[in-house]
Amino acid sequence: MKDENKEGIGGMANPGRYGIERIAYWLMRLTGLGLLGYFIAHIYETSSILQGKMGWDEFLELTQTTEGHLFLTLVIGMCVFHTVNGIRIMLGHGGVGVGKPGRPDYPYTPASQNARHKIGIYTAIVLAAIAMMYGMAVMFGE
Amino acid sequence: MAHVSDLAEEKTTSVLSSSKIVTLRIARYNPNVDSTTKFAEYKVPVEKWTTVLDVILDVKKHFDHSIAVRYSCRQATCGSCGMIINGRPRLACFTKVSELDSDVITVQPMHNFPIIRDLAVKFERLFESHQKIKPYIIREDTEPALDTRDILQTPEELEEFIQFSNCIKCGLCNSACPTMATDSSFVGPQALAQAYRYVADSRDNGKNSRLKIIDDSHGIWRCHFAGSCSQVCPKGVDPAMGIQLLRGYMLGFS
Repeated sequence: MKDENKEGIGGMANPGRYGIERIAYWLMRLTGLGLLGYFIAHIYETSSILQGKMGWDEFLELTQTTEGHLFLTLVIGMCVFHTVNGIRIMLGHGGVGVGKPGRPDYPYTPASQNARHKIGIYTAIVLAAIAMMYGMAVMFGE
Repeated sequence: MAHVSDLAEEKTTSVLSSSKIVTLRIARYNPNVDSTTKFAEYKVPVEKWTTVLDVILDVKKHFDHSIAVRYSCRQATCGSCGMIINGRPRLACFTKVSELDSDVITVQPMHNFPIIRDLAVKFERLFESHQKIKPYIIREDTEPALDTRDILQTPEELEEFIQFSNCIKCGLCNSACPTMATDSSFVGPQALAQAYRYVADSRDNGKNSRLKIIDDSHGIWRCHFAGSCSQVCPKGVDPAMGIQLLRGYMLGFS
């Protein structure tokens, strides 16, 4: 790594230098890994049904605690952000909404980093926050 | 009419902007000798028009001539002086000290490029990737027929790719790319944007051979549209746009 002078994960994980698009890139990776972790944990959780009703109820009680609610709130946020931002990314990957080629003028604002994509990112963050708040209201309001 | 003597007098009496002192921190590293990068600090006077390259060359001239830095045209045309300036990849000749809004300027070699020494990096991989995507027009008729002479294009056809012809191969996009930060085999935004440049050219008939090269697990599919490449491009090439348009073409969207 030193020979190639690569930034490595540290450089990839430093989103502050390149604006909201790089933050969205980093959040996409984090939420993806988080959801993968949840998916594995979820399979483990549901497998407890093999231990009968008592085993299932015991495991389910873990999600009825404050920590469990906070964890599920995080999962809701990750899920919503990953979905909404994923749709934006998929459209972008198809060349949708990335602007049209043309002669660039100084100061060379990149057309691909346009307002539509920025709105898409902020929408994903806001919707994730709303979903988390709604989830918290439902879980803690019981 | 102003005389030469008048102009000379005017020049000497005009008020120059007051110079200020900035601290230049230069990364010093020789892979053959050093185990870690060290930073050397210098206090340098600057004017409002002083570029980072001017400051580095000032230090090289007056303090330490052993500093290794690559530069040539000093006007953002040759693409030689790319480096990390205060955390972001920039061209040193195209970055004024005044626009950095800091009294401390830290310069480091570009990331994702092997270091030769200090600020000079190896460009072999960038040029290899660039060469790999066949950066030239591929046609059956290599020589224009006598009666046509030129291969004509409409202005609209030209607009499709002219932006991507501005690439000066400075490597800033590859340095900013988060995929390049971890994947040694990734072809990189520079080469992918150039692939689009030739695929979009109406004179080119080499689409299939070019697309076969980039349709690889370490090719175009490794781009995740972080857009950092476009944000640092000093020539307005917008590699992220070219890559997405090319991928859209490969996916059948356009």
